[in-house]
Amino acid sequence: MTKKHWEKIKPYIWLASFAVFSVVSFWFGFDPGKTIYQSFTKSFIEMITFIPFLFIIVGLFDVWFPKEKIEKHIGKESGIKGMFLVIVLAMLQAGPLYGAFPVAYVLHKKGASIKNIFIYLGAFSTLKIPMLGIEIGYLGLRFTLARTLVALPLFIAVGYFMEWYLKNRNFKVNEV
Amino acid sequence: MVNNAFIFIAVSIILSVISFLLDKDKTILGFKKGFKMFKNIVIPFLNILILVSLLLFIVPPQMIVKYLGAGSGAIGFAIAAVVGSITLIPAFISYPIASGLLKQGASYATVAVFMTTLMMVGVVTLPLEIKYFGKKVAILRNLLNLLAAIIIGILIGIIL
Repeated sequence: MTKKHWEKIKPYIWLASFAVFSVVSFWFGFDPGKTIYQSFTKSFIEMITFIPFLFIIVGLFDVWFPKEKIEKHIGKESGIKGMFLVIVLAMLQAGPLYGAFPVAYVLHKKGASIKNIFIYLGAFSTLKIPMLGIEIGYLGLRFTLARTLVALPLFIAVGYFMEWYLKNRNFKVNEV
Repeated sequence: MVNNAFIFIAVSIILSVISFLLDKDKTILGFKKGFKMFKNIVIPFLNILILVSLLLFIVPPQMIVKYLGAGSGAIGFAIAAVVGSITLIPAFISYPIASGLLKQGASYATVAVFMTTLMMVGVVTLPLEIKYFGKKVAILRNLLNLLAAIIIGILIGIIL
């Protein structure tokens, strides 16, 4: 088997072993195996009833609100409008926080304020739309709303604090 | 959980219809993009569900209640904050875990602080962050975000 084949098969190994394990468990009446299978089915149903719809929503957002269009206005707008724009831009992203650092560099280069750079990072870590969708699906709308509404003023405060603290300290974002 | 699924189905149907009436091609492109993203995560997602099912079987609920439940107080809260700050877990993995923890008796405050530190604080990625912002700024950002995450956890615990 070549390496290329192995890479193709690798993601399915867990799934295949689990399928075999479950079949064997039911065949021989192995109770722990049955319980684990039932728990898996429950979480599978939980997932499949909302994740595909979430991605329809995310895909539509992607075509109607392209990130590039908003990026063009960053740095030119200041005040509440500038803050609003970085938050919206952050919400349209996906992926882990370290993916936001290169964008922070771009924002800095385009002339975004220190405050808005850190507000972007805050919004990126807590308000990304795909993540909010998964959060609503798993922890409920109440939890998600409460968490977002508490987080929003806090990361805006972090942005103001950073700007106040770094204003005369030669702040810059490096290209890595 | 059924109610949540209804929200997603309803919202996606409404948005699709509006989008379709406005621009047919754009809508189809959106569906394609969404399907591609779904395809990319579905296998890793299934693997995680297997892992969570295994873990929830191995770790007894009493233990989760003891260490992360409402009665665990500051210690459970601190454990969640530390684990959340250090580890780097993608959202689609951490949410099934969080939901499992809640069902097994963990408190809202603990789960909230775990999720928020996971999102906002990155000890593992700190070296990378230092490269971008410098040592002082990167550490300061993480400390401020840790503080924010603790406030979020406490407030969620009070609200819910």
